[in-house]
Amino acid sequence: MSLARTVLPYVISGISVGGQYALIAIGYTMVYGILRLINFAHGDVFMVAGLMMVYLVASVPLVLAIPLMIALTVLLGFAIERVAYKPLRTAPRMSVMISAIGVSYLLQNLALYITGGLNKNYPAIPWISDRITVFGMETTRVTVITPFLTIFLVAVLVWLINHTKIGMAMRAVSVDFETSQLMGIKINSVISATFIIGTFLAAVGSVLYFTNYPGVVPTSGAMPGLKAFVAAVFGGIGSIPGAVIGAFIIGICESIIKGLDTILIVNGAITEQIGLATFSDAFTFVLLIVILVFKPTGLFGEKTTDKV
Amino acid sequence: MTETKSRRASWLALLLILLFWAAVILLDQIIKPTDKLYMLLTVLQKGSVYALAAVSMNLLNGYTGLFSLGHAGFMLVGAYTYAIFTIPSTARDTVYQYYNAAIRVSFPEIFSGALGGFGTVLGVALAVILAGLMAAILAYLIGLPVLRLKSDYLAIATLGFAEIVRAVFQWSKLGPITNGSNLLKSFARTSTFKLSIGEMSISLSTFVPVLIATLSITVIVLIVNSTYGRAFKAIRDDEVAAEAMGINLARHKMLSFVTSSFFAGVAGATMAMVLSIAQANNFKSAMTYEILLMVVLGGIGSISGSVMGSMLFVAASEWWLRGLDSGRFLGINAPGVFRNGFRLVVFSVVIMIVVLFFRKGIMGERELPDLFRKRKKPAVKEATE
Repeated sequence: MSLARTVLPYVISGISVGGQYALIAIGYTMVYGILRLINFAHGDVFMVAGLMMVYLVASVPLVLAIPLMIALTVLLGFAIERVAYKPLRTAPRMSVMISAIGVSYLLQNLALYITGGLNKNYPAIPWISDRITVFGMETTRVTVITPFLTIFLVAVLVWLINHTKIGMAMRAVSVDFETSQLMGIKINSVISATFIIGTFLAAVGSVLYFTNYPGVVPTSGAMPGLKAFVAAVFGGIGSIPGAVIGAFIIGICESIIKGLDTILIVNGAITEQIGLATFSDAFTFVLLIVILVFKPTGLFGEKTTDKV
Repeated sequence: MTETKSRRASWLALLLILLFWAAVILLDQIIKPTDKLYMLLTVLQKGSVYALAAVSMNLLNGYTGLFSLGHAGFMLVGAYTYAIFTIPSTARDTVYQYYNAAIRVSFPEIFSGALGGFGTVLGVALAVILAGLMAAILAYLIGLPVLRLKSDYLAIATLGFAEIVRAVFQWSKLGPITNGSNLLKSFARTSTFKLSIGEMSISLSTFVPVLIATLSITVIVLIVNSTYGRAFKAIRDDEVAAEAMGINLARHKMLSFVTSSFFAGVAGATMAMVLSIAQANNFKSAMTYEILLMVVLGGIGSISGSVMGSMLFVAASEWWLRGLDSGRFLGINAPGVFRNGFRLVVFSVVIMIVVLFFRKGIMGERELPDLFRKRKKPAVKEATE
């Protein structure tokens, strides 16, 4: 009983973090599904969304700031694809990946220049950052809302992909790039749509994520970005439900590891802090390597073989 | 005919290296810390560290076609190994102020006790080699599961390994060895390296990193030009075809990975030597990205390109573009725009331009000597026709 009571708070915050990772992970998994590209800049777009919110709230009312921030982030995602990835469509995959790393470097440096490297406090958004009590423990409202909002958005996205024309085009492009082109699908608009959806979800995720954190710094996108990518790989890259489930698993595991010292002490397994929280980030990568070695296609991924 | 030609080329290369070394030692004596040109020495020191790191990454990414992003992790292992084994016993307890240091061996001290000045050099050299070996052993262990993966999966898995290594080195339970999340200092660093002949003392603070880098890069050049190097290139160009030609894929990939990591470890040790501190937190994935961008700048698949790329990268970011950060650049005074961080923005835009429009970088796949040879080619073609 005491085990459940000590673990529960970490599980709840883990579900919330997982939901935020899920929103980022969809951007990775969709882009990878279509372009076979690890979009290293996606985590930094997420960070820029956080920064934009900080600056917008300072100049326009909150009601306007959120939609404006989302619109600008989507525009940024669209622009990055057009400027940095489109010219390399026929180039080797490594070049595109290097370009993505270059964009990530550029965005981080730009953020460093604009903020002067200082921590920018994220604005408190009324209602969602209020403190509430659930199951006898105090938390913010956003923690409770995140998983539901995530699942709602994913449901909408899945419907979009399965029942609309652009969704059908996306599925076709992800199966075979060239053939779908021959079938008259405008791949450039499909790819743009993918980036727009991905960055839209990342922008929504940034509101939920940064509300629970003290502030935004130029590097705050890197780690959530990498973890979301791992979540996408874990669930089977290219699969949206897979990415979401992977993100929730990673979020919960990470949160439990952060509190593992305390949990073990309360239950008498160890007597003093042993600093296991250091491994909360590293664990994600252990999980990644285990999954890559034993089931490289992830939980829901399809098996592919390389043709000679 | 060709044999004598290649022999002459190697002698020429050796002569050039010796001249370069002499020039570096000379510059080290002439330039005072107050001089404007002092930045040149800094660039040479840091530049040679990054050049070695970039060349070792190029061996893996450019020559073998294994896209690995774990370089920072191996450099971290190298830096820590070097630092731990060269901290003098008198400083050990001050450095490990929160822990009871477990390793109390200092190579330079042991050997200088028996051999004097030469022993110190030997001790430092041994520590550098051990740094490389530790990185290589780690690479072997990591390579066993990871090298089976393809392109971008390999990249993300090695990136993940570097992050794990960083977390392990910061773990408080390993404090007695790694000093936890605190930095390591007081170990043998380049600014203390001197050669005393009688009354005269010659500073070697720039020469030592340059020496380590040139020696290591020479070894890498020899590897690339050997049969192993040709096998690596075959794997890069077509894995299936290379396997069909009888190249053992697993073995050669592992060899390339371990060699590259060995030199990454040496680069890490040299970096610790130059910066005179070692801290796990500095070896983030951003460092790997920077090294990768240096390789791209110079041209993937060109060793002289990587050297040039990293020297340019370091010179631009440490020296030439400094003005962009401090309000004045090329005589333009605009403190509002030219403030902290602007240098890096300009710099990353330049890199994006290279990545998008000059995908071959400075050298493409050519090497420095190819530039002089090229002019003759059309004439030869005419003659054969």
